[in-house]
Amino acid sequence: MTRFLHMLIPLLHGALVTIEVTAGAVALCIIAASIAALARLSIGPVTWMARIYIELFRGTSAMIQLFWVFYVLPFFHVNLSPMLSAILVLGLNGGAYGAEIIRGAVNAVPRGQLDAAVALNMPRFSRIRSIIVPQALPRIIPPLANLFIDILKNSALAGLVTVSDLTFQAQVQRESTLASGEVYGVVILMYFALAMVISLIMRFIERRVRFPVGSRA
Amino acid sequence: MTWNWTFAWHVLPTLLQGLVVTVEATLAGMFLALLIGLGWAGMLLSGRRMLVWPARAIVEFIRNTPLLIQLFFIYYVLPQFHVEMSALLTGMIALGVNYSAYTAEVYRAGFQSVPRGQRDAAVALNLPPHRAYFDVILPQAVIPMIPALGNNLVAMFKDTPLLSTITVGEMMQKALVIGDNTFRYLEPMTMVGVLFLVVSLISSFGISRCERLTRRRS
Repeated sequence: MTRFLHMLIPLLHGALVTIEVTAGAVALCIIAASIAALARLSIGPVTWMARIYIELFRGTSAMIQLFWVFYVLPFFHVNLSPMLSAILVLGLNGGAYGAEIIRGAVNAVPRGQLDAAVALNMPRFSRIRSIIVPQALPRIIPPLANLFIDILKNSALAGLVTVSDLTFQAQVQRESTLASGEVYGVVILMYFALAMVISLIMRFIERRVRFPVGSRA
Repeated sequence: MTWNWTFAWHVLPTLLQGLVVTVEATLAGMFLALLIGLGWAGMLLSGRRMLVWPARAIVEFIRNTPLLIQLFFIYYVLPQFHVEMSALLTGMIALGVNYSAYTAEVYRAGFQSVPRGQRDAAVALNLPPHRAYFDVILPQAVIPMIPALGNNLVAMFKDTPLLSTITVGEMMQKALVIGDNTFRYLEPMTMVGVLFLVVSLISSFGISRCERLTRRRS
């Protein structure tokens, strides 16, 4: 039992780092996704820039992007800490998927809604804030919950570039205790628990943003 | 440090050897995923609580935990039970089991997309059950599955670099070995990225064409 506790404490430290990486990446993901979606929905050269960003990050996996940042960027004298590299890559990778989610939800708002707002002489900002956002948001939250869980799952990659997260601590514990089954059994349950926490939080947010269209003046 | 074309051409054959392993792992993983996924989907659609609940639990667990940890679990834990496998086989099994959960959802969505009336009509026309299934239900269920399965295939292809962590000699592993030996990561790593990008862009284009075709038909 003490052996188990000795193993558990470093793993919990690792879980804390995993939460940090995931939280940082989720924050960056929301920012990147919003900017890229706005660019994608507007006209002009920004649309193409957003398209290139989205295709580039969706066309390769997070692991390739992370290893590229970790191994190649130092040659160009760009030295990011492993933690920062992980947050940057996971956030931008998630942002590319998030941008498409937001774009799809905005495009799904019926065209007539916008036309009506224009006809009512609503200012541009209120058209977005009171007409588009409230109708697009309930469609965005459920796929976004899956995206955030994907970011959590991808955060396991951070351990491969020396961030001392749950995956990294699991390797350390496996090498020192040789109890592979117990270590990876506990770790996989911890990841599952974290995913369930994300899904609970997102379900709470989903309830807050969902209301029948037209119930608010 | 600048890009060195001579070095890039020099290491390209090694990377292409890795690409062969990558493709092998993807195809074997997909085959397993299609097979195991069929099992989960059968359980999920059976309507028997004894089968639905375990399948639900397993599928949700697989979908909510990292593939990397599943891979490590299989790689390090199975030998303790005296199940010895090559790293490549372990990787294929991990990919297959992981994607079986996603494949099961595709199967389920496909079958549930066939309108209830089709089944009723087959009964009303007095078709024998196997003909109702193979001539009426299955053809309609399979068509919407094709693009979704294609997306899964591309996603799995992009996940194969994870196998480098358990010493499988796929493309990423080859690039890392070249980098470790020559201290030049720029060319091999970038080329791996570009190769993945090219393959997944072409296949995404193919899938969206296929999606448009299937939508027109239904």
